[in-house]
Amino acid sequence: MNQFTISGSPHVHGSESTKKIMISVIIALLPAFLAAIYFFGWNAIRVTVLSVAVCVLAEWLIQKFLIKGPVTISDGSAVVTGMLLAFNVPSNLPWWMVVVGALVAIGIGKMSFGGLGKNPFNPALVGRVFMLVSFPTAMTTWPTTHPLFGTAVTDAITGPTPLSVLKESVKGGMSIDQILASPDMPRFVDQILGNRGGAFGEMCVIALLLGGLFLIIRKVIDWQTPVVILATVFVFTGICHLVNPEMYVNPIFHLVSGGLILGAFFMATDMATSPMTITGKIIFAVGIGVITVVIRLWGAYPEGVSFAILIMNAFTPLINKGFKPKRFGVVKQ
Amino acid sequence: MNPLKTFPKGGVHPKENKLSANEPIINIPLPKQIIVPMGQCLGAPADCIVQKGDTVKTGQLIGTAKGFVSANVHSPATGTVAKVDTVMDHTGYYKPAVFINVEDDQWADGIDTTDELLTEIKLDSKEIIDRIKECGIVGMGGATFPTHIKLMIPEGKKAEYVIINAAECEPYLTCDNRLLLEKTQEFLMGVKIVMKAVNADKGVVGIEKNKASAIELLDKTIASNPELYAGIMVQPLKTKYPQGGEKQIIKAITGREVPSGKLPIETGCVVVNVSSSFAIYEAVQKHKPLIDRIVTVTGLSVKKPSNFKVRFGTPANLLIDEAGGLPENTTNIINGGPMMGKSVSVTDFPVIKGTSGILLMSDKEAQPRNTTNCIRCGKCMSVCPMGLEPYLLNREAKFDLFDETEKHHIMDCIECGSCEFTCPANIPLLDYIRYGKARTGAIIRSRNQK
Repeated sequence: MNQFTISGSPHVHGSESTKKIMISVIIALLPAFLAAIYFFGWNAIRVTVLSVAVCVLAEWLIQKFLIKGPVTISDGSAVVTGMLLAFNVPSNLPWWMVVVGALVAIGIGKMSFGGLGKNPFNPALVGRVFMLVSFPTAMTTWPTTHPLFGTAVTDAITGPTPLSVLKESVKGGMSIDQILASPDMPRFVDQILGNRGGAFGEMCVIALLLGGLFLIIRKVIDWQTPVVILATVFVFTGICHLVNPEMYVNPIFHLVSGGLILGAFFMATDMATSPMTITGKIIFAVGIGVITVVIRLWGAYPEGVSFAILIMNAFTPLINKGFKPKRFGVVKQ
Repeated sequence: MNPLKTFPKGGVHPKENKLSANEPIINIPLPKQIIVPMGQCLGAPADCIVQKGDTVKTGQLIGTAKGFVSANVHSPATGTVAKVDTVMDHTGYYKPAVFINVEDDQWADGIDTTDELLTEIKLDSKEIIDRIKECGIVGMGGATFPTHIKLMIPEGKKAEYVIINAAECEPYLTCDNRLLLEKTQEFLMGVKIVMKAVNADKGVVGIEKNKASAIELLDKTIASNPELYAGIMVQPLKTKYPQGGEKQIIKAITGREVPSGKLPIETGCVVVNVSSSFAIYEAVQKHKPLIDRIVTVTGLSVKKPSNFKVRFGTPANLLIDEAGGLPENTTNIINGGPMMGKSVSVTDFPVIKGTSGILLMSDKEAQPRNTTNCIRCGKCMSVCPMGLEPYLLNREAKFDLFDETEKHHIMDCIECGSCEFTCPANIPLLDYIRYGKARTGAIIRSRNQK
C-alpha cells in the first residue's frame, strides 16, 4: 500500500522568497551603481566589490565557525548590506577602512543579534556610523566627480558636499542666495544627476528613484515609507524656508541633497528594522523626516539621514506594539 | 452583470488551476462494496442502527443523529451489511463504519428518482427544516456543519439574506461550478427553499468572476422566470482567496462584519454552499436523502481531471482510476483543495459528505521548502483577512504562551492559510497557529465550564 506525505494545509506556496526579495533590492540598486561608476570611475567598483566581498565572507565565517549553524549567505542579504554600506562612503576611502566597516556591519550590526531578521538596527548604517565616528576625516573628505569617459582627474582633488557647504556658509554668516550662487554649489541639474561631491551611491537622484519605483512596483517595499519621509522633510524645511528664507534653503534642495533618497527608499524600508503595519510605517517615516531636518538645520553634522533612521529603528518594536492591524469583526461600542 | 464585490482586508491570489472546469459530471458506477462512515459531519458521529446480515435499500436510514450537532446517515446503495467495523477515513483515524456488499440499486419507498423539476414548494418552514434534518444534509463545502441547525433562526434574530456561497475560491476545485452549469434550475429552487425555510426575502448567489459561464447561465435562468425566482440575484465577486470564507463572503456582499466570536445570523445572513443547496432541493422536493455528491478529481499530473457524481462510501482510488490512474510522481493526496484540504496517507479512504475534491500533487508542488529566519516583512499581516498578526501568534504558540495567543485573538483565525502561502521565509505559520488555537480553545472552554 502506498503511503503519502501528511502535512498541514496550505499545500501550495506562493512565489515569494527571501532570496527573491534580496535579488530585487540588488537589481534596484544597480542604476545608482552604474551612475556611480560613471561619475567616480573604477573606485566606485573597488569599494563596492570589496565591501560586498567582506560582508559575505564575514557572514560565512561567523555562521560556519562561530555559530556553527546553517550557512545562509546565498539568501543575498549580506550582498545588500555590502552594497548599501559602500554606497554611503566616499569613493576614495582606503581599503582597510572599508573592511573594518563591513566587519562591523555584519559582525556587530547583524550576526551578533542572530542574523537576518533579528537585528534591531540597519546593519549597513551601523557600519557607516561606526566609520563616521572612527574615521571622521576620511569619511568626510569627498572626491570630486570625474566622469569615466571625461577628462581624467585624480582622486586627490576633493571637494565638500552641497550640504556641508550650506552648513559652513550659514555658520559663516552668508545668506542663502549668496551660498547658492557660490562656485562650490553644484547646479540643480548636477544635483539630480549625481554630478556633485558626496558618498558615491547616494548622489544620482534619478537612478535611485528608478530603483525605488521598481521596488514599489514589485511590492518589495510599500510606497508609504519613502513618500512620507520625503513629504515630512519637504513640509518641515518648507515651513522654515517660508519663515526665514535668508537662513533656510528651499525644500527642494533638501530633497535632492545628501543621502535622503537612498535612505528613504532603500534603508528606511529595510523589513527587519521598520514597523509592520502601514500606520506604524507612517509614524516611523515622519520620525525619520523630522530627525533628519533637525540634524541638518541645527545639529553638528551637515547630514542626518543615517542617524535619523537608526534612532527610529530603536522605536520600531514600540511602534509595532502600539499600532496593530485593524481586526475583522470588532464591534463598535 | 452587477459590479464586482470583494472583501476589503487581506487575501492572496494562488494559481487557479481549474483544470476540470469544462468536464461534464460523470456518474461513477457503484463498486462491489461501499464503506459508509458514521461520522460524516462536524459533531458527533451517528448511531448505527443496522447489523451484520441486514439488507438495506438505497436511501434507507442506517445511522441516526446522536446529540444536537449531528446528522443522519443513509445507505448509498442496496445490498447486505457485511460488517459493522471501523475504517480509516480522510482524517487518518479509524472511525466506525458500515460495510455494505452492493447487490442492486433499489431505492427506498417514497423517494422520487425522476429528473422532473418540481417548482411548487408544498412544505412550510418548519417542515422544510425537519425534512433537511431527516435527510442528513450538512454543509458540503468541507466544514460539514449540519444544515438544519444553521437554518433554525434563534429567537429575536431575523434572517434577511440567504447567501449562497458559490465562490469556490479554492484552486483546482470545480464541483460547484459544474453543478451550477448542469443543475441550474434545481440549484435555484434549492435557494428558494432555503429562503422559505428561514423566511428571508433576499437570496444572493456570491460567485467569483472566473466562473463567467455559470454567472451568465444563472442570470439568464433567473431572467427567464422572474416570478419563480423572485428575490434571487447573482453577485459576481473578485477572484481572490479566501472569497468563499463565510465571514468574507458576507462582508463582500452585504458590507456587514460578523462580530468576533459570533455567528453569521448576527448580521442577518444565512450562508449555504452550492452543493448543499442542490441537496436541499432533492431532499425537500424529491424526498431524497443525502447519499451522493459531486467530487472533483484533479492535479497537474492527472491524465483526465474530472468531476464525478459519487455515492458516499465509494473508495477514493476508484475515482482516481477513472481519472486516468494515480500519477507516478504523486507524493501528496489532498482531500479538498490545496489551501484548506487535508492530506491523506492512503488512497482507499471513502468519499463522504464533505469530500469536495481529491487533489493529487507531486513533490514539486507540495513539498515543504526550507524554513529560514522571519525577516519581519509583515506580509503575513497584510494578507490576513481577519486582521491578525500571524508571525506573532506563530511565535507565541511555539512557546506555549496561550495567555498571549488569546489576547491576540488567535480564536478569530479562520485557518485560510494565506499567511503561510505568502511567507517569503517559508515558515509553517498555520501549523503552529492551528496548534495554538486548539490549546487556547481548550483553555477557554474549561474556564467557561467553571
